[in-house]
Amino acid sequence: MGRKFLVLAESRGGQLRNVALEAVAAARQLAGDGEVVAALLGDAGEDEANRLIRHGADRAVIVRHDSLKQYTTDAWFQAVLQLKEREQPGGLVMGHTALGKDLAPRIAARLQSGLVSDVVRIEAEGEVPVFTRPIYAGKAFERLRADDSFLFVTIRPNNIPFLPGDDSRSGRIDELQAEIRDLRAVVREVVRKTASGVDLTEARIIVSGGRGVKSAEGFQPLRELAEVLGAAVGASRGACDAGYCDYSMQIGQTGKVVTPDLYFAIGISGAIQHVAGMSNSKVIVAINKDPEAPIFDIADYGIVGDLFEVVPVLTEELRQALSAK
Amino acid sequence: MNIYVLMKRTFDTEEKITLGADGSINEQDAEFVINPYDEYAIEEAIAQRDKNGGEVTVVTVGREPSEQQLRTALAMGADRAVLIRCDERPLDPHQTAVLLANYLKDKQADLIIGGNIGVDWGTGQIGPRVAELLGIAQVTTITKLEGEGGRATVVRDAEGDEEIIEAQLPLLVTAQQGLNEPRYPSLPGIMKAKKKPLEVIDAEELGLAETQAKTVTAGYFLPPKKTGGVKLQGDVREQARQLVQKLIYEAKVI
Repeated sequence: MGRKFLVLAESRGGQLRNVALEAVAAARQLAGDGEVVAALLGDAGEDEANRLIRHGADRAVIVRHDSLKQYTTDAWFQAVLQLKEREQPGGLVMGHTALGKDLAPRIAARLQSGLVSDVVRIEAEGEVPVFTRPIYAGKAFERLRADDSFLFVTIRPNNIPFLPGDDSRSGRIDELQAEIRDLRAVVREVVRKTASGVDLTEARIIVSGGRGVKSAEGFQPLRELAEVLGAAVGASRGACDAGYCDYSMQIGQTGKVVTPDLYFAIGISGAIQHVAGMSNSKVIVAINKDPEAPIFDIADYGIVGDLFEVVPVLTEELRQALSAK
Repeated sequence: MNIYVLMKRTFDTEEKITLGADGSINEQDAEFVINPYDEYAIEEAIAQRDKNGGEVTVVTVGREPSEQQLRTALAMGADRAVLIRCDERPLDPHQTAVLLANYLKDKQADLIIGGNIGVDWGTGQIGPRVAELLGIAQVTTITKLEGEGGRATVVRDAEGDEEIIEAQLPLLVTAQQGLNEPRYPSLPGIMKAKKKPLEVIDAEELGLAETQAKTVTAGYFLPPKKTGGVKLQGDVREQARQLVQKLIYEAKVI
């Protein structure tokens, strides 16, 4: 038994995001021996389409239109509906990203279908897949089944591993010229604020600061540590509320929920609202001068000390170790 | 401006989550609040009304105790509140959105504001679903809103980058943190709220019976308990060295 799946492969700056390959893996798992078709709507071209095929897609469609270069709900919505009309898939997978969160529910409403958002695991229990998704920002998990007339899923980045690339795989790449009209909301300007280009929800390593950093300048040693590791910089609610950093950096039950391989909690006490957003990280390092701070209860490795002494030394040691590696 | 706010009653974010004997989420003794993202939505609606004139109606789908949170919204300054009452069944996002859209379809809203997610279920589906069912434009996760005439200029948080978006009204937006600083209800506000209209509508009247759930919960579980690991010893340099070694060779994460 198989079911054809369409994957909306997200790209940024002409390059696939990791979550696009993860979505292909998820679709592959759900499709059985059905076909997996990956669609590129943004700014990526044939090289990236081939990468999708090497990582598990059977073929790819590049959807072209000037209005698709920058994401807007109306343009992408129309393009996806045309794609769905053409391919007639039995399901759709995309990333639970800023784009996926905006677009997927709207498409689900049009199709009158269910939507399983923010999936971290898929089990194929017999014929009917069971999805696992975090609730209460990861304080608990829900397992659920979907009405299978159309299986629509968004997956959380960095949870479902993508399939290894296989150079022997090949597949057709088609082009589709979308028809797009009546844009009711138009992007006039994009102000880039993420300097490093490493997105928090997709980062493999995150360096986060809390009230303990004491000021906006106090984030500087953390940024240097992040740079050595190629990490994204996050913050606790305390640091954001105190005005040390932008709310877009906030990790917690309000804010972003992240699951990196490695999480540094620096000058963060470990309030439950923050822990909810990061406790499912694979490895947690806590640096705090209060040995009783609750963050140490969930940290794999802890250093009790003044972050302004510890972090620069740690950065130096890491730089040496990584250059020798 | 005719403004509607979509609100949800949720667990306080400080609450720990436990499971009952039957495997369901324990709600006993839990503190309930207005979903924090919906607080931004309510604040924004009140501020827009104060600037542009009009009326703010706060709508929720839920059980009877949600009236408490609606009263709080009225005390903050909303004009009217509506409870779409649904006592027994937990609804899925499809059902909730259909009920809200059925209620809103003849209301001629200029602006509908919701939180970008509920901090409990966290699907973020309700806003975009309602916008589509009503056939109006949407912008999610906004951090700024300026309405004028039949248009709005909105700043959207797109994973840290800011998109400046011009949109037509009617428009549905969802609030991101940073949009504003929600006010606390004042004492006179609380007194006034008691006299403001709070309408209760049975969900059946809005077509619940014809609206089947598309997703069904199979169960809940709690994440494995993290036990505290090792606190490193020695002076700063020794601790840093040990940590680097452990991250590379033991945890193998760098």
